[in-house]
Amino acid sequence: MANIKIKKGIDLNLEGAIASAAMESATCKSYAVIPDDFTGIVPRLEVKEGDNVAAGGVLYHDKAFPEVKVVSPVAGRVTSIVRGERRKIEAIVIEADGSGKVKQHDIAGGDARSVLLESGLWCVMRQRPYDIVPNPSVAPRDIFVTAFDSAPLAPDFALLLKGKEKYLQKGIEVLASLTKGDVYLGCRPSWVPDVKGCIVNTFDGPHPAGNVGVQIANVKPVNKGETVWTLDAVSVARIGELFTSGIVPFDTVVAVVGESVKRPHYVRCTMGCTVASLLDGNIENADNARIVSGNLLTGSHVAADGFLRFPYRQLSVIAEVRNSADFLGWASLSPRRFSIYHSFTRWLLRGDKPAEVDAKINGGQRAIIMSGEYDRMLPMDILGEYLIKAIIAFDIDKMEQLGIYEVAPEDFALCEFADTSKLPLQQIVRDGLNKLYKEMN
Amino acid sequence: MKGLRKYLDKIKPNFMPGGKYSKLQSVFEGFESFLFTPNTTSASGVSIHDSNDSKRTMTVVIVSLIPCLLFGMYNIGYQHYLAIGQAASAGFWEMFAYGLLALLPTIVVSYVVGLGIEFIGAQIRHHEIQEGFLVTGLLIPLICPINTPLWMIAVATAFSVIFVKEIFGGTGMNIFNVALMTRAFLFFAYPAKMSGDAAFVATEPILGLGAGNLVDAYSGATPLGQVATATTSNFELTNIVGEPISALDAFIGLIPGSVGETSTLCILIGALILLFTGTASWKVMLSVFVGGLFMGFIANSFPSPTYPASSLSPIEQVCLGGFAFAAVFMATDPVTGARTELGKYIYGFLIGVIAILIRVYNSGYPEGAMLAVLLMNAFAPLIDHFVVQANINRRLKRAKANNKL
Repeated sequence: MANIKIKKGIDLNLEGAIASAAMESATCKSYAVIPDDFTGIVPRLEVKEGDNVAAGGVLYHDKAFPEVKVVSPVAGRVTSIVRGERRKIEAIVIEADGSGKVKQHDIAGGDARSVLLESGLWCVMRQRPYDIVPNPSVAPRDIFVTAFDSAPLAPDFALLLKGKEKYLQKGIEVLASLTKGDVYLGCRPSWVPDVKGCIVNTFDGPHPAGNVGVQIANVKPVNKGETVWTLDAVSVARIGELFTSGIVPFDTVVAVVGESVKRPHYVRCTMGCTVASLLDGNIENADNARIVSGNLLTGSHVAADGFLRFPYRQLSVIAEVRNSADFLGWASLSPRRFSIYHSFTRWLLRGDKPAEVDAKINGGQRAIIMSGEYDRMLPMDILGEYLIKAIIAFDIDKMEQLGIYEVAPEDFALCEFADTSKLPLQQIVRDGLNKLYKEMN
Repeated sequence: MKGLRKYLDKIKPNFMPGGKYSKLQSVFEGFESFLFTPNTTSASGVSIHDSNDSKRTMTVVIVSLIPCLLFGMYNIGYQHYLAIGQAASAGFWEMFAYGLLALLPTIVVSYVVGLGIEFIGAQIRHHEIQEGFLVTGLLIPLICPINTPLWMIAVATAFSVIFVKEIFGGTGMNIFNVALMTRAFLFFAYPAKMSGDAAFVATEPILGLGAGNLVDAYSGATPLGQVATATTSNFELTNIVGEPISALDAFIGLIPGSVGETSTLCILIGALILLFTGTASWKVMLSVFVGGLFMGFIANSFPSPTYPASSLSPIEQVCLGGFAFAAVFMATDPVTGARTELGKYIYGFLIGVIAILIRVYNSGYPEGAMLAVLLMNAFAPLIDHFVVQANINRRLKRAKANNKL
């Protein structure tokens, strides 16, 4: 076990954190699977509107690799398949019928790989390069698991995994059977689960230490031509549970957080439930709320009538615009203004007062003027600015040389937050990876 | 402020495409975003953004220039009253008012010409107006001699903004420092007005203020001008009325020179602001000074009457002339400087060395800081190239080692 110190990055102390570990339950009628959550899969539907599915029943498979399947989290009827531009599938909505029909997997017979593919849990993994659902025809060099989330207001994995240590252990054994290399588990020094069969590393330091990409970069970076798989420990426990009981667990614990939430707390619910059922009456100023499924750095913006999205463990709500007539905001001397830079006066506030934030970009998009801003937020041996420029220019050689295969959009989330030029860095990286994937395959 | 916000919202359609004044769209949006932080929220990616934007960054640089600006105004007045023999009788405010009146037209011309071109450029490209010139427009008056004719400032500013910045794509895209290019343009196009004894001290009365005849001992040569024209290595630096000046005078800045560059003290105050706010890179700033002191030490170790400046001590070298100003405000321009962390040390160090090298061993130019920064601007991409290449090689090596296993 090695302890690795991460120096770059920053922990954002935001308002709306959870005070107690008390857990409530939420139920709802409608559930949805959002194909955009499973990057890299081109959906080919196996159901049509009106069909009945069991919990764990297949909704669609991938066009290129039909064995990669995405499943329904509940038993019920497919009520609508929402399509957007060019008939792209935006959501598959399932009305729960309460029948409790569950698909049982034959864990004794089939090999681990095909059970995982059939169960839909294959899609909780991602592969580097490209940060997509793993290509089933490629064996990974290693598998990396992160056992903590360092993002702002993120749930505590120790709590999410309480009582599930045996499933975590089982899951790691299953993963170990899928690679000739090793399974790496990245933990906080404060919480190291007692598991065997994997290499445990602890990571000290601020966000993005919990990003699995950062852990890979500091343990055993991805080289050109290599593939590694990544996932989080909660998903590993789910895999373990599947291989213990033969049933995929679709229940999840979600941290409902953010300053617009009246009472931040943990909620036990089922994957893909409506956000309304999680926020029911617990939200301030609903017309001016930005609801984000996930954390505020990497999460997806969802509508009030939307659905909880992958990875189904956090829902953050903040104000969309706090002050719509912000006079001479660039000249502000108020220490309440949220900034990690000393050019604002926030550093005057003593102690560690949580910050109030909103979704404003706080400025116009510019060329990259300041230097070194990305480097301070990216604890990898990667020259962020040069990589971003190579992606914008789509210079494939330069992208490869500068390490495009090692990064995922989430690694640039903090850079995007801190960027004075206000560039949409995660979008740039995502588009770059997608284009590169098309070019290479 | 809600009233103003409402008024802007009301007149906004006139400036949008199809409106009466759609040719002024960029200008309107520039002023709107100046008055009110735009309410745009993020569409993708992070949902929260830091408050810091390029307006704030430029504001911090302007604030850090204010000590130099105010002291520069006072010093213009001080030098003037010294030249007419009234330094003892004239009060602080009289001197300051004289300097203010002397400098204000230059500031106005620099901003009007530069911002005018920026506004037009932004409208042609349908861009937002970018803030870069707010800093450049203040730097130009500070690095030019006070007696530079206004039309020259106008021509040089226009040249720089168009040919050094806009044709490369505007703020953030330029290769050379815009303010220094303005200075260099003036230096090479109108050398007689930019150096020598007549450039650095305002001698004419302004609006009746500061009337009087020059004293007999008057000579407007700057310390570095005196060094450059010295014939022996055993000279004494004097102020404009022939009294000796000490290193302390040079540090505080009561010596003739370009407006903002004389006071090392005020420059250091500006440096503290830039470093504390993290706006400028300490790596660049520190290594320029280290480079300057290093080269000053070498030159001073081998003093030679052929190169009179070699008899200045390293401390005098960095206090005199534009060295400190260039180190703090010019070399640290992130757009034209080295952008990799290791590159910043190399870039800064070489600026320091070359500035003193030119100053000491090239008798044609009494000051080398401007040319050193411009020269290294040209080399910054090369320095970065090697640092980036090192990163690439490290990655390739790692991949090779891994494939062998």
